[in-house]
Amino acid sequence: MRALQVDRSVTRFAAARLASGWRAGAGGRVGALRLVDVEPPELPGPGWQTLRPRLSGICGSDLATLDGRSSRWFEPVVSFPFVPGHEVVADAEDGRRVVLEPVLHCALRGIDPPCGPCAEGRTNHCERLVAGHLQPGLQTGYCADTGGGWSLALVAHDRQLHEVPDGWSDEAAVMVEPTACAVHGALAAPRPESDVAAVVIGAGTLGLATIAALHHLRPDIASVLAVAKHPEQRRLARELGAATVVEPGDLRRAVRRASGSWILDNGQLTGGAPLVFDCVGTAASIADALAVAAPGATVVLLGMPGHVGIDLTGLWQREVRLAGAYAYGPEPAAGGRHSFELSLEVVDAAGLERLVSATYPLDRHADAVEHAANAGRRGAVKVAFDMRREKRR
Amino acid sequence: MPRPGFVLEVDRSTPPVLTWHGEGFRLERLPAGRSRVIYAPEPLEPLDDPDQAVRDALLSPLGDSAPLPELLFPRMRLTIAFDDISLPLPPMRRPDNRQRVIEAVLDMAAAAGVDDVVLICALALHRRMTEAELRHAVGDRVYDAFAPHGLLLQHDAEDPDGLVHLGKTDQGEDVEISKRAAESDLLVYVNINLVAMDGGHKSVATGLASYRSLRHHHNVRTMLHSRSFMDQERSELHSSNWRMGRLIAASGVRVFQIETTLNNDTFPEQMAFLQKREWEWTARDRAMYLATTKGLSVTPPRVARSIFQSIKAPHAMTSVHAGEVEAVHRATTEMIYRQQMVHVEGQTDIVILGLPHLSPYNVNSIMNPVLVVCMGLGYLFNMYRGKPLVRAGGVVILSHPTPWAFHPVHHPSYIDFFEEVLADTTDPLQIEKTYEQRFATDEWYRHLYRTSHAYHGVHPFYMWYWAAHAFDHIGRAIIVGGEPRAVRRLGLSPASSLDDALEMATDTVGREPTISHLHLPPIMLADVH
Repeated sequence: MRALQVDRSVTRFAAARLASGWRAGAGGRVGALRLVDVEPPELPGPGWQTLRPRLSGICGSDLATLDGRSSRWFEPVVSFPFVPGHEVVADAEDGRRVVLEPVLHCALRGIDPPCGPCAEGRTNHCERLVAGHLQPGLQTGYCADTGGGWSLALVAHDRQLHEVPDGWSDEAAVMVEPTACAVHGALAAPRPESDVAAVVIGAGTLGLATIAALHHLRPDIASVLAVAKHPEQRRLARELGAATVVEPGDLRRAVRRASGSWILDNGQLTGGAPLVFDCVGTAASIADALAVAAPGATVVLLGMPGHVGIDLTGLWQREVRLAGAYAYGPEPAAGGRHSFELSLEVVDAAGLERLVSATYPLDRHADAVEHAANAGRRGAVKVAFDMRREKRR
Repeated sequence: MPRPGFVLEVDRSTPPVLTWHGEGFRLERLPAGRSRVIYAPEPLEPLDDPDQAVRDALLSPLGDSAPLPELLFPRMRLTIAFDDISLPLPPMRRPDNRQRVIEAVLDMAAAAGVDDVVLICALALHRRMTEAELRHAVGDRVYDAFAPHGLLLQHDAEDPDGLVHLGKTDQGEDVEISKRAAESDLLVYVNINLVAMDGGHKSVATGLASYRSLRHHHNVRTMLHSRSFMDQERSELHSSNWRMGRLIAASGVRVFQIETTLNNDTFPEQMAFLQKREWEWTARDRAMYLATTKGLSVTPPRVARSIFQSIKAPHAMTSVHAGEVEAVHRATTEMIYRQQMVHVEGQTDIVILGLPHLSPYNVNSIMNPVLVVCMGLGYLFNMYRGKPLVRAGGVVILSHPTPWAFHPVHHPSYIDFFEEVLADTTDPLQIEKTYEQRFATDEWYRHLYRTSHAYHGVHPFYMWYWAAHAFDHIGRAIIVGGEPRAVRRLGLSPASSLDDALEMATDTVGREPTISHLHLPPIMLADVH
């Protein structure tokens, strides 16, 4: 079968890192990603089945990997060669159309008894990502044994599958996984201590989905102030519920206005927003998030950060809480309902299928990756691989 | 004998007309047979001995006022208020009229044994002046005698302990002014009257007032009912200030008004060609024009700005009147009309206004996009008596680079006004209703206004309201040579050249429109019949 595969190649990762310094997404052309013909992955055991992907999205973490910019943190929890693609809508063997919950936790690895977090249902905190009968891999799409969405077939455990409601488009369904991440991040933040707007930094897929999640799931948040770099992102941010949308350079003044705080001579605010969601994950975005966080505020990192250099004095002096938000799980703030279940509601209510801007066949993977890496400035949001036509061949 | 104002009908032989464009200027050729150029009167002859004229005015006051020496006595509280940095434009060469007048008043006060004297810069909601600016206005001798002792103050419209509420007018307008001024035995106000709007009761009722008081006439309704605010007979701004001024007088505040006028000699000798009629340019004028424009074309904007901001005008005093407020102001207004009035027959479809680098609110600062609108569609549009130069539904074409640039110290609330408010709406009424109160009471703006050199938080709103009459009257406004992004944020249309602008205007006023070009500077008042 045809699949896009990432091999362990130091040379190719280095070339990708070099090329992506010149143009984001160039790693898709010169890096470790190749279109190959491989055997479909074997079923690891009972409860597993083969999925035939229909659409599979390109995520920010995929782009970081392909451009050679991913943190070495992940090295022990991935196994090569792997087929990327963890945002997947696919046809299951039993005829259902499903979306994939990609975390490869204890139950899927045949580990019994499970680790502590998995025993509590917090599978995104699984402590056994390198154990059991699967090779290391924190998610489908990073594990040599399971395959991934950027192919014509992968294997998935029944517990990973969420049925797509009737009448849904594949485009809506492929938004469920990234939206589940946004839901988890939106619900990770505590109740705000003031009615000043919550800030969402970044208006790519994750940022826009976070705005939608806050709008639908957090009535305790008075309003959302979004930071969007590109015109189409600003339009969508407004449509999805942001009361105020500003460009990155205007963020501090906008939060000052919203919070009634002062700006000191060095540009720092005396007050700020009670909740900040960073959906970018760069040093600049995290610095911005900390700069506009009020004393006692919570900053939630949804975007994958990697190595960053930032001044944490303000975090210390103002007792700002910095919290990561990874993947999904039961949400205590929503009565224990699962992020995927809530995501299905948000995708439907907010019409997030509109965020799928372009699809590509597998053999145009270099164009697809470059498009995804430059989505904002090209007026796009989510770029995905489309295997529906490939299946007919 | 200076020549009066002049309206030139443009024909094929008319040379290109000088058009201001921020820190620069252009020569623009206007369509023949349907365009006219309006030139200001030439500078009036200055007073031979302005210092003597000031003393004479103080000793021979107008109206029912006694001569100043008779109003001065030992142990009295004397307050001398004076106009701020917004006047005159450009700043005049030393000695400034304020210095001449204040020194004369202080001489008489000293002779009368008055030792409780305080000077107040009547800046209303404008920015506080710097030491250099104050020294330029009042002179080093006055500054050194008063400032080190804390006796040269800058009005603080946000100081709850420094204001006094004198009551309400019969229209329900709060009158709240400087406590020191109100509780003095005599308040002397020293004006430089650049345009017909300046002076009169507006000096105290606006210059020394609080936001609570100013909001009654600095609003959209007043601007829409001032046609124009330069015409005292038809200005609601004027009427409101007069009601307040009379209440101030009725409250027992004794005001001795001193108003001075200047001629319109605006530029130093080497730039005198800017004020000449183009067909009278000498070879030297043409050479200076070419050299200046060539030089400016290779000068970075920041440097060009600082060159232009350093210009000190050779304005000279043409009159000084003192005494009772209304009598003084009548005499002053007559002098201003003599210097600025040009009789013009009828309106045209289009009016072209070349905007200079300067407005009242960016002396030693940046003319930001909001001030471009204020200058063009506020002040200059309103420089008429009778009817606007442009017909209802017509087009105003402004020429200015309109950079997306702000002075962060002087105009902090302007930045937010531009980024937040104008991004939402450019409708003055909607802006007033939705945003004014929040900006006016913002603690940070208040802090910067009181302690730094920032305009009050509400000030950009007033600048926008200044243009409300124009927005209501015209069909379209176009800015030639402006930064398109900034121009669009203002709700106006950008054009790359005057020809493009005229072509765009035809969508609104049809083919072959009639055109007026106001040859600025110097400023003038069009008396439109």
